[in-house]
Amino acid sequence: MMFDAVIIGAGVTGSAIARELARYEAKICVLEKNADVCEGTSKANSALIHAGFDAEPGTMKAKMNAKGNAMMDKISAELDVPFERIGALVCCFDESGIPALEELLEKGRKNGIPDLEIVDAKKAKELEPALQDNIVAALWAQTSGITCPFELTIGFAENAAMNGVEFRLNTTVSGIEKTDGGYRIETSGGAVGAKAVINAAGIYADEIHNMVCGDKIKITPRKGEYNLLDRAAKGLVRHTVFLLPTKLGKGVLVTPTIFGNPLVGPTSVDIDDKEQNRTSTDGLNEVREKSSTSVKNVPLGMTITSFAGLRAHMDITDGSDDFILGETAEGFFDAAGIESPGLSSSPAIGEYIAEMVAKKLDLKRNEGFNPNRKRVKHLLWLGMEERKRLIEENPAYGAIVCRCEEVSEGEILDAIHRPLGATTLDGVKRRTRATTGRCQAGFCSPRIMEILARELNLPLTQIKKNGGASVEVIEKTRKGAQI
Amino acid sequence: MKPQSRYNIVIIGGGPAGLAAAVAAKKAGEESILIIEREAELGGILNQCIHNGFGLHTFGEELTGPEYAQKYIDMVENEGIEYVLSTTVINIDGNKTITAVSRENGLMQIDAKAIVLAMGCRERPRGSLRIPGFNPAGIFSAGTAQKLVNIDGYMPGRTVVILGSGDIGLIMARRMTLEGANVKLVAELMPFSGGLNRNIVQCLNDYNIPLKLSHTVVDIDGKERLRGITLAQVDENLRPIAGTEEYVECDTLLLSVGLIPENELSKQIGVELSGKTNGPLVNERLETNVGGVFACGNVLHVHDLVDYVSEEAEAAGRNAAEYAAGRAGDSRQNEIDIVPEGMVRYTVPVRIDLERADEKTVVRFRVADKIPGGVIHASVEKNGERKEILRRKKRILAPGEMEQILLKKEDILGAERIIISAGTSAGISAGTDEKAGATK
Repeated sequence: MMFDAVIIGAGVTGSAIARELARYEAKICVLEKNADVCEGTSKANSALIHAGFDAEPGTMKAKMNAKGNAMMDKISAELDVPFERIGALVCCFDESGIPALEELLEKGRKNGIPDLEIVDAKKAKELEPALQDNIVAALWAQTSGITCPFELTIGFAENAAMNGVEFRLNTTVSGIEKTDGGYRIETSGGAVGAKAVINAAGIYADEIHNMVCGDKIKITPRKGEYNLLDRAAKGLVRHTVFLLPTKLGKGVLVTPTIFGNPLVGPTSVDIDDKEQNRTSTDGLNEVREKSSTSVKNVPLGMTITSFAGLRAHMDITDGSDDFILGETAEGFFDAAGIESPGLSSSPAIGEYIAEMVAKKLDLKRNEGFNPNRKRVKHLLWLGMEERKRLIEENPAYGAIVCRCEEVSEGEILDAIHRPLGATTLDGVKRRTRATTGRCQAGFCSPRIMEILARELNLPLTQIKKNGGASVEVIEKTRKGAQI
Repeated sequence: MKPQSRYNIVIIGGGPAGLAAAVAAKKAGEESILIIEREAELGGILNQCIHNGFGLHTFGEELTGPEYAQKYIDMVENEGIEYVLSTTVINIDGNKTITAVSRENGLMQIDAKAIVLAMGCRERPRGSLRIPGFNPAGIFSAGTAQKLVNIDGYMPGRTVVILGSGDIGLIMARRMTLEGANVKLVAELMPFSGGLNRNIVQCLNDYNIPLKLSHTVVDIDGKERLRGITLAQVDENLRPIAGTEEYVECDTLLLSVGLIPENELSKQIGVELSGKTNGPLVNERLETNVGGVFACGNVLHVHDLVDYVSEEAEAAGRNAAEYAAGRAGDSRQNEIDIVPEGMVRYTVPVRIDLERADEKTVVRFRVADKIPGGVIHASVEKNGERKEILRRKKRILAPGEMEQILLKKEDILGAERIIISAGTSAGISAGTDEKAGATK
């Protein structure tokens, strides 16, 4: 099979590139080793669209973040992704930190970030009453926002698929060879050919890069652990509350998610093993201790889940840790080292890489490209009249499956039967929010498993949490076997 | 069935509490009753509790969960009480207007004069325990596993570790063993089990399943499907002791680490909740701070035996009928507090109107620790003087077993406060004994 472009990795970066490339007339394929899109770094992060003040001026990180942030309103409208510019406060609790705060403001100005100002303690408390009383000053970044990283990634991917991009899931790349006029990519599902290869493999982008390029790179997984609190704690903070950044990143933050659940984290620890996205006692303790530095009365007792994500951190020899974006070998394009602000930058990275690839391959514009996509309706957020009307149209919207998040069977059916639909419990979760509530799947998971089995025509023993060996039930009971 | 738009009593939940409340309300003369049940059948969680041991107090015989439920379902049917199934209540406002949805009837609004909250409880999930490690498939709350095995007919796994010795965990240890699984151990963080003693004997001891007290899970291994857990002993502050870690291979971890009353709807109405039980604060009529809104069963406080759920729910149902018929006033002025002390963690009810109260009022509670040779005291306080009105010796008091006492109206008349305490017979309960002893 010969494609014009093959993208490796269906995280937010790969999916954004796929969607942007779909604007051209080309045969495009995305290879993803997991059972669904959004299974790596994209699924476990702070879910923020950063304003862009903290990246070193002149770097790709700075440029892509600033541009990506500015693109978010339009992208979110097109892809029906929830997005809210709630603003961020970088808080300083010690007079000695003020020069660093001013430096941050200056960086932000150099990066062209609008609506930045340093506010005094009084104003900061006014903006965010939950701040600790010893607040001295804060940098207020009004364009900072929150999104749903699942929905953004799935939105990019679905829209790409709607516009003709082929996604091959459960497909691992094992080797890449240069051929005449392109590359031959060996995968667990056979070989594919491509005129251009785009590396968006997240924490594995070094392995993919090193299959092709002479100058080797190394990506260090930098682990971040989080606590997600019950939606009942909604309103804990109104803004994203940061501490002054350190060398290892932006520190432990407290933010509302787009669904109202407060999110606390992340830690930042470099690890060796790219598969170790596990939480730790030390990490969770650190989240616990540091969350109270900036915000009063964080109700960690209302934690409904903890998780760990791995950032794809890359140290370049010159000491910088910028994104690598561009053609690093003939017809081979890197989007590597995409750590924070990767999510915020994704719309800009997608456009940047796609334009470069289109130019290289001399692709024509696809006049039929449809930029719009609708997410699974979430009835909980709709008014009663609209809910009533929808249930009349489709009675499955009246059958509540996930009681905590009030997700109906209609929503789950939509998640399964749309382009790139859900095939796993986690896939249903990311498209509908079912299982993300306070009972954490206790009541609804058997019901969702049944629906998945029925709709995908699979035995229950093949219904998985998230692909691989992650089956939920292994066999029938003795009595069950007789039925 | 298509429900009407107005009922005198609407009961939220068709489990044991809701069913018993409905039957009692009907027997008290109320005709206009609706039960709203979210599942496709009445009976609630009893339907998946296929073991026996239910109904000894209520029916004088040992029944399975479904059998016990069926007795009440039959009563509901015989009484002609209306119910809707597969219907989820999504909102209740302060005017007692209930919004519910179902596939059959769409979005409906129902006005009620009185509401009985009987939504039951949910299991505490892994997330709230903050156990570090991976998040693979193979970790279930014990009740979810119970549904998979008993209702759906599927086995979650072959080698099992159970964290928490709550009753559902103990029952599932036996159930999984009977289905051919290897249940390696039950780990309990506390130095005592939170489950009924009879379940420890019948579900663990009889099958040689070790109960490891003062142990917890400190790590979860396996990226896709669970491969094993690390167990560690904890010290008196419940902190894992370094060096005691032990890796246990298993493909399934069941959690039986506590039940949380499901009061999201109660909060919407404006019902005040207890920080101890997570259930509504109620008076002796089992009425919340919102007039005409009653609560019973596990939504009020987690019970050990369903028989007591039924008994409590019957009272709630009768009181709701009184209220709906306009025979009960809204006045709270004469209510006094019932206060837990010493080892008593909470009481239900927390308030009582001495004039209005029946000749006997049931007070239910749990203790915070295992107390061999325990004594329960009830005292009344007036003008700063404390007088003991009840003293009951127990062979053992344990957190896993709900206790109840009866307060006689004649004993409490004129009191300003009622104190319920528990301790050893030697008297450890914060001065109560001394005073009570002095007035004996």
